[in-house]
Amino acid sequence: MSQRFKDIDYIGVVLWLFRTAIVVVVLWGTISKLFLEQGNAYTTIDWIDFLIAGLSQGSLYALIALGYTLVYGVLFMINFAHGEFFMSGTMTATIFVALPLSSSGFLDANPILGMLIIIIVAMLVSVGVALLTERVAYRPLRRAPRLVPLITAIGASFFWQYFFRGLYGSTLIPFPELQVLVGKWTVFGIEILKTRAVVMVASVIMLIGLYIFIMRTKTGTAIRAVAEDKDIAALMGIDVDRTISITFATGAAMAGAAGILYGMVFRQVHFFMGFVPGIKAFTAAVLGGIGSIPGAALGGLFLGLIEAVGPPLFLEGLGIPGAHQLKDVIAFTMLVLVLIFRPQGIVGERLAEKKA
Amino acid sequence: MKRTIFLVLISILMVMGLAACGGQALECTDAIGCVEIAPDDPILIASSLVISGPNTDLGLDSQYGVEIAIDFRGELLGHAIELQPEDDGCNAEGGQTSATKIVSNPQIIAMVGTSCSGAGVPAAKIISDNGYAMVSPSNTAPALTDPELHEAGYLRTAHNDKVQGRAMAEYAINELGVTKAAAIHDGDPYTEGLASVFSEAFQELGGEMVAFEAIDANADDVIAPLTTIAAAGPPEFLYYPVFIPLGSLITKQAQEVDGLDGVILAAADGVQSPSFLEAAGDAAEGMYVSGPDLGFGNETYDKFLAAYQEKYGTEPTAPFHAHAFDATNMILDAIEKVAQQADDGTLLIGRQDLRDALFATSGMTGITGTITCDQYGDCADPKIAVSQVQGADFVKIWP
Amino acid sequence: MSSQLDLRNTARVGLLAGVITLGVSAVGMLESFDKRDLIIGLLTLGQLLLFSAPFAAGFLVTRGEDKVDTGEAVVGGAVAGALTAVPLIALILLTLAAPNIRNSLVNVSPELISLLSLGASEIVGSLLLLVGMAVLGVAGAMFHVLPDAIRKPLISGLGWMLGFAILSEVSLNILRPILGRGLMRALFGTKGITPLLAAIIFVVAIGLTIWWSKGGQQRYEDRKAAMSEEQRKQSRRISIGVGIVSLLILPIILGTYLTEVVDNVGLFILMGLGLNIVVGFAGLLDLGYVAFFAIGAYVMGILTSQGDLGIAGMSFWLALPIAVGAAVLAGVTLGIPVLRMRGDYLAIVTLGFGEIIRVLATSDLLKPYIGGAQGILQIGKPTIFGFEMVKPIHFYYLILAGVGLAVFVASRLRDARLGRQWMALREDEDVAEAMGIHLVSTKLLAFGIGAAFSGLAGAIFSARLSSIFPHSFNLLISINVLSLIIVGGIGSLPGVVVGALVLVGLPELLREFAEYRMLLYGALLIAMMIARPEGLWPSPITKREFHAAEEEEALGGVQ
Repeated sequence: MSQRFKDIDYIGVVLWLFRTAIVVVVLWGTISKLFLEQGNAYTTIDWIDFLIAGLSQGSLYALIALGYTLVYGVLFMINFAHGEFFMSGTMTATIFVALPLSSSGFLDANPILGMLIIIIVAMLVSVGVALLTERVAYRPLRRAPRLVPLITAIGASFFWQYFFRGLYGSTLIPFPELQVLVGKWTVFGIEILKTRAVVMVASVIMLIGLYIFIMRTKTGTAIRAVAEDKDIAALMGIDVDRTISITFATGAAMAGAAGILYGMVFRQVHFFMGFVPGIKAFTAAVLGGIGSIPGAALGGLFLGLIEAVGPPLFLEGLGIPGAHQLKDVIAFTMLVLVLIFRPQGIVGERLAEKKA
Repeated sequence: MKRTIFLVLISILMVMGLAACGGQALECTDAIGCVEIAPDDPILIASSLVISGPNTDLGLDSQYGVEIAIDFRGELLGHAIELQPEDDGCNAEGGQTSATKIVSNPQIIAMVGTSCSGAGVPAAKIISDNGYAMVSPSNTAPALTDPELHEAGYLRTAHNDKVQGRAMAEYAINELGVTKAAAIHDGDPYTEGLASVFSEAFQELGGEMVAFEAIDANADDVIAPLTTIAAAGPPEFLYYPVFIPLGSLITKQAQEVDGLDGVILAAADGVQSPSFLEAAGDAAEGMYVSGPDLGFGNETYDKFLAAYQEKYGTEPTAPFHAHAFDATNMILDAIEKVAQQADDGTLLIGRQDLRDALFATSGMTGITGTITCDQYGDCADPKIAVSQVQGADFVKIWP
Repeated sequence: MSSQLDLRNTARVGLLAGVITLGVSAVGMLESFDKRDLIIGLLTLGQLLLFSAPFAAGFLVTRGEDKVDTGEAVVGGAVAGALTAVPLIALILLTLAAPNIRNSLVNVSPELISLLSLGASEIVGSLLLLVGMAVLGVAGAMFHVLPDAIRKPLISGLGWMLGFAILSEVSLNILRPILGRGLMRALFGTKGITPLLAAIIFVVAIGLTIWWSKGGQQRYEDRKAAMSEEQRKQSRRISIGVGIVSLLILPIILGTYLTEVVDNVGLFILMGLGLNIVVGFAGLLDLGYVAFFAIGAYVMGILTSQGDLGIAGMSFWLALPIAVGAAVLAGVTLGIPVLRMRGDYLAIVTLGFGEIIRVLATSDLLKPYIGGAQGILQIGKPTIFGFEMVKPIHFYYLILAGVGLAVFVASRLRDARLGRQWMALREDEDVAEAMGIHLVSTKLLAFGIGAAFSGLAGAIFSARLSSIFPHSFNLLISINVLSLIIVGGIGSLPGVVVGALVLVGLPELLREFAEYRMLLYGALLIAMMIARPEGLWPSPITKREFHAAEEEEALGGVQ
């Protein structure tokens, strides 16, 4: 017994060293950046630009992360194909709705209605792809060990990526630019790109909407019940299969909408666009505490912020070349740091204890 | 019982084999062997280009260039021309595997490829060691034609990064008169090579590099690195020799960053394609792109583009289809030059002869310019053109 | 049920087959596969794909009934076959209505339409397609009507013939050095086999099947049953001997290209064996396994490179233990911060670790030391007694030795005390700890030993290519290795080999379908996991667990 305590101490020391090393590097970088003014001299406006870029990217991550978190909540399964749900809806809606609407002039004449139509189509396609994937690749394996559906999810991810590549080709497809969203707004004296503002506002609205849906509606209650215990939920008269399908559909709808917001900001879509945001959103979901909706939102925002602000703040001061290239290094190091302090993520608690 | 059947089968096959082997007249005197093509057999060439993964666009576009070159040629010395397309995966192991596959087929005469320089390094070694020859349409890494590292069977129609990066630096300093520049690369050997060469040449010519930034090729938001660059100078000239997705993203987002609104944008042939213009839209207006002189308005290229659209239903998706077209023609011309022909139509092609003919290519008129190879396999027209995007088209403005 | 033709089911199967074929056509697979001959002049792969859909639909519609009525089979097959054609006809007509559809769906080309409408004009072609597919549906349905004595040989004849034709490249590569040019030309085209060879295979396969069912099987089983214990042991020893010898002479038979493929598979087996310890034995889900592969490769590269980046100019053999040691060190270092994380938290942290290593390898920060984007060139090749290993066949033996060592270590560890501790850890960490298992050392040993195999694979990889670039070390490698151990059967050593053959070897042989390889790979992963969730070659324990679960379910138990 005493042997074990000694080991824990030893490991504890190593972990402590690890944390301290990261914190020291971060602080040293920050201090030499802000006070010793190493490298580029950023103005306050520059820092605000970094913040806005991070927050808008982060809110996209948050929307995608919701899908991971919801599915994880009910099935304890990493749905690797979620990034592909995001891509499929966006590509289809861009090609068949957004581009024709834009070239006919409808989109600029009725921007709100036009965007609504595009978003709804994207959501529908994403939901369709998600339900099909769930039915074919996940449902037959509901009782298999957890690694098995992980592999079918990876398979589904490859399949959809290359299916849509075959369908629409591998070229980059431009997303139409909305005339009303060109330029900047000034909010409290801060200039902010219109597209980014719209993304942030839309994300917040969707997040709140989803939260209400899960917490206040009957279907949401059913989802929570299934997440708690499938068998007891079934005994209470809940159709478990249907509820799981609804969970997938909800996540995919969020992803489809996020895809159109993505298209609006970056104005280009292609078949590979789901892969990296998918991984990032998965990271965000874990960071926030997988299975928790506010966690996914917080995790997404945190990840987006750290990716934008981290390189100039932490690394440039240390004289590291090509700092922005290393944003993923910072993001994942922060992830490790957070998980060492809080192994269950920022707000996750319930699920980490249960089975994660 | 099984064995008996097997033996019977084998003996039947052997008898047939003997019957099929008639007399033959041509004799191979080549130092590293010959390819013999029977009267009805096609002339077989291979390609090893990236046709899977995120860089698919680049390789498939080149492969289409090869296919169109073959279509245009129709027949060669009375034989059909057939292409065996392979995938280089845009990585070293893909280059190695596809090259090994190609050299294991003695009927393959030469290879067009690879797409990526990383795949080209191991492929060049295998192809050369086995007596084959390859012409790459898009390897630009200086190492491949470095006198110390060059492999005997390696040639390319793509520009060496050294030429192109330097040309852009000269243009920026001498023609545009800028003194402060920034460069961005995405961690790919091609873009990193170009950006480094540009930055060295720019400083050598008396300019100042205010920033040298790197962005992950898969990044989807580049506002942060662009803000960093703006704060560093801001530069008058921003050079980002990357591929289309990241290139169009930088082009569009540069407008949205304070301090970069007036900056001169410039990229390289990685984005020189209609699909870039479509993706980048108005933001690309006025930017500069270095690359081969595609002779816009050149008759062959017009014919090529029409055939491309007809056959594949899309505009070219990447810039190297023209290089691939020229590479294929180089190989076909060399075959035509060195093949010995028997009366019955049998062809005999000496592998060393073919290599010699390829390296002796001189003054060939291709889409990418006049092609002349040096002893290390650099065949691209050393003249680099700078085009400007005007009215959603590339317009050549220099030299 | 048995005599009533189930119309709803018929319609569903037919339409489903049609929609799948529609998908296959719209992504361009049909057209591109049409360029690949199976039997020259008679059948292309595209045609096989197109025609097998109504055939399969007819087959499936009439399946599962004890006695099939001929009339019903004809009707059911015809309906299912015709319905298969319906979505395709819709596509043909769509191109008439919207000629610009190709701007959106790039692969809906005139060639595809002409292929679908069997070369005729759109309207006539549609009718032809409808009739043709109905006939094929009937043919599929009639399979059930045929007596067993005809059906089985027919299936095996067709199966062998088509299988051989699809993998013609493999046999081509093996036979090329043996057979003369003339004979090769009589049997193989540049793509596919000639009708002569197809006929030979068809006849031989039918003959063998008839012989097997007419007494061969009986005789074989009788002889096997009649063997004494001693004889049985001996025959086992003989087959093991034959196995070892054939492993040794394999590359000579296979030829250069296939040996190269086997080398690739071998490296993945090596990595799979390592990851199997981490994930399969100890139950620690690691998605960043490529990191150790990269570390092994880069250490080997830096230590042996003759170029500017080489720091030591060491020989391969001297650098090998250092590379493996570096990987182990990295494994343990990663292990410490994740000691208390479980399940999916562990997965994402390891994934992050893999990405960190890749990004650092690409970065400008480390460019002066490890080459950044330009990679490391001129990495030394291994030499044995002055003999330089360059060809795939040389590396084959090196990799074979590595795999042999790894199999030995892994199987000894599995049966040792440590292996049992790992498995206890996998089943329940808390209980394992309560039983006095030392969590820290057990976990760190799993990470360390797993990393060692990966580092070894990386070191060989780097010497084999003699140049490495950061792009080779992406997430896909980790995913691939994880997939292969699960497809093979988690925790099973033979499963790793089978998984690597199926998921690395097979796609490599299907390189000619490059554009559609990943699509097929994805579909294959899903299909295999659904068909055999326990893996292709599960370990005895897993098999028992799966059966236990089935029994429980049969008893009406939940979960």
